[in-house]
Amino acid sequence: MSSQIVSLDSLMASPSRARGGCASSTSCGSSALPADIEPAVWEKIKDHPCYSEEAHHYFARMHVAVAPACNIQCNYCNRKYDCSNESRPGVVSERLTPDEALRKVVAVAAAVPELSVLGIAGPGDALANWKNTRATFEAVRKAIPDIKFCISTNGLALPDHVDEIADMAIDHVTITINAVDPEIGAKIYPWIFFDHKRRTGPEAATILLERQMRGLEMLTARSILVKVNSVMIPGINDDHLPEVNRAVRARGAFLHNIMPLISDPAHGTHFGLTGQRGPTPAELKTLQDRLDGGAKLMRHCRQCRADAIGLLGEDRGQDFTLEKLPETVAYDPAPRQAYRAFVAAERGDRDAARDDALRSVGAVADDVRVLVAVATKGGARVNEHFGHAREFQVFEAGPQGIVLVGHRKVDAYCMGGFGEDATLGPTIAALTGIDTVLCAKVGDCPREALLDAGITVTDAHAYDYIETAIGKVYAERFGRASAYA
Amino acid sequence: MAMSINADDCTACGACESECPSKAIRFKGAVYVIDPKKCTECQGAADAPQCDEVCPSGAIAKAA
Repeated sequence: MSSQIVSLDSLMASPSRARGGCASSTSCGSSALPADIEPAVWEKIKDHPCYSEEAHHYFARMHVAVAPACNIQCNYCNRKYDCSNESRPGVVSERLTPDEALRKVVAVAAAVPELSVLGIAGPGDALANWKNTRATFEAVRKAIPDIKFCISTNGLALPDHVDEIADMAIDHVTITINAVDPEIGAKIYPWIFFDHKRRTGPEAATILLERQMRGLEMLTARSILVKVNSVMIPGINDDHLPEVNRAVRARGAFLHNIMPLISDPAHGTHFGLTGQRGPTPAELKTLQDRLDGGAKLMRHCRQCRADAIGLLGEDRGQDFTLEKLPETVAYDPAPRQAYRAFVAAERGDRDAARDDALRSVGAVADDVRVLVAVATKGGARVNEHFGHAREFQVFEAGPQGIVLVGHRKVDAYCMGGFGEDATLGPTIAALTGIDTVLCAKVGDCPREALLDAGITVTDAHAYDYIETAIGKVYAERFGRASAYA
Repeated sequence: MAMSINADDCTACGACESECPSKAIRFKGAVYVIDPKKCTECQGAADAPQCDEVCPSGAIAKAA
């Protein structure tokens, strides 16, 4: 989808770089180091879109599907069915050998200057295919020394590989942990293959959960950042996830990411076929809010495919299939270096703007909180047309601040320049609970249709930084006239 | 005496290939196949055929 592609030029050409107010701001030109993160940790995450919400506005990841095999079965996973339009973990269009993966990474690095992270996330388990995973990382490290490595695993094989993970400078590991109680685990994992045997029931879950916890402890002992993913499954583990949160926090997990179960009979998963539902956005947010204040909670996950490429809100995987890659590719580090320099300057600028915005919402006396949806294609700005948006980032604005709390996926409403009413219904449904939508442009017809549904859509703050735009909207609505002049 | 893979059910994940103690499994075309001359059904090597134990899609059965 070309409308989803952000070129370096378009990001760099964003207006208002030379905004005023710099001299009066204390944080202008800072390294954008958030107050609650240690400098050493910030160095590790500042370019990683999955580990830093701040970084996800600027940096892109790519997954290479070199790990097709898995050593456990999950009731929410079926890797048999693939559709290139689907975005969910465990799904890929083509699997790669390590040599093919290298070719692909170099081609993407040449075309996507935002690329900062190479991840191996399946479609099976990165560690159940350790030979392929290791060969891929070793080859890419030689070609592109400064790319970050990241893996995702169910944790069963993790204790066997921690030393090699540390040796290879894989400094981000995601473990999917859905339970710490084997009885609950047994409802999610029908079997595991361990020590030459298929094991089932609570016995299987006991082994898996014990090895997940041991792997987590071994990684954090080596200062490797660990993100824990948990799939929220209503009626099975939703009430149990606070206990999971406590357990992983106590063992040093850096981030906890609660993801909604994706359950569709067409995917052929056990949960899909048995009618197990996923949580509503409101249920997910309620649980996330309950856990906030513990291990940092990730709110910007897009549950991407095992061959996803690009900023988190987009997937350019189909632009880089093997048949589209040139036979030989040469890596030129210059565009990625230029982009990093641009982001370093942009971040200082955005920090100052964010501080201003936080002051403006903080000036509102009443504790009114509203959800604002933003159409963006990167760079932390309101810069996507309403009709082109395939997702909206959702922020909660209140006197305490402006916080990303999630995203809502929609079908692009405008396919060829003319919007069609027929597709607005699902968009309105997807935006349930949203007060205001900010975008770069919106037509009268969708604007009025959404207004009828109680949602204000405006392009009045086009190309502003997201926080600046939200701060203005919030202060205008809820502040005294003098609070935001 | 050998196991075989039903090509319709095979997802080509390759989990069986790396578990086979007899090196009887290889990738051929779009799926994996078991060489009946090499397959021992894991007798003497494991309690049950390893390919069948690890296969996520139930694609493996005793050859007719």
